Amino acid sequence: MAEAQRIAIASDADVVTARQRARTLAIELEMASTDQTLLATAISEIARNITTYASHGEVLIDVVRDALGRPGVRVVARDEGPGIEDVERALTDGFTTGGGLGLGLPGARRLVDEFAIDTAPGRGTTVTLIKWAQRV
Amino acid sequence: MAVPILKQGPFLIASIQSALTDTDVLQLRDDVMAQVTRHRSRGIIVDVTALDVMDSFVSRSLRSIAMMTRLRGAETVIVGIQPEVAFAMVQLGMSFEDVQTALDLEEGLALLQAGDLG
Repeated sequence: MAEAQRIAIASDADVVTARQRARTLAIELEMASTDQTLLATAISEIARNITTYASHGEVLIDVVRDALGRPGVRVVARDEGPGIEDVERALTDGFTTGGGLGLGLPGARRLVDEFAIDTAPGRGTTVTLIKWAQRV
Repeated sequence: MAVPILKQGPFLIASIQSALTDTDVLQLRDDVMAQVTRHRSRGIIVDVTALDVMDSFVSRSLRSIAMMTRLRGAETVIVGIQPEVAFAMVQLGMSFEDVQTALDLEEGLALLQAGDLG
């Protein structure tokens, strides 16, 4: 399996690059077009959280396989920003400390198949998501 | 990349050509507002056919454009939302319920010309 692609996230243009790279990988895996769009939208949300809250960070994109060998695109967005104090609230629709709609994290979670968040105040935030290329 | 805005009679047509950064979206908002004032436009069409992703920021910004232009006496119609994009927007939780939408440019113009916008 190829190494993970790393995209440094420091500006809004990097957010666009990250989602386009993931879509290219999803196309290679023959992911359905609708699922590609869901994945790209989710990446846009979590990568924007980096520029909004942490100013810079990175997105890693690679291919993973489930127990049955089905491929999927895994995206890890991580930063060393302020971290999230109350993850439960951050995953609730409409909660925001950044002046947006509060749909970023909860919305991204709805768009993908696997979603995990690892964060603590002062320790930064890592969001991992996976979209499988084939529906079960 | 800047979004070209064409004047067609009393209307403005903004045709998004490629993926937009957040900066591009904010520029579009400012450009539309400036042109509405300059041309005393009565309606605006924003064609998003070329967008393969409409995340919460883009959606919120387009909604702002619609609200702001309405306060200036001009109605905005968003046209060309792709089926996959519409699906993602709904999953994301974005609602466009107070924004006029139409299938494509032609339908959007017909809507503005009919003047029967809410």
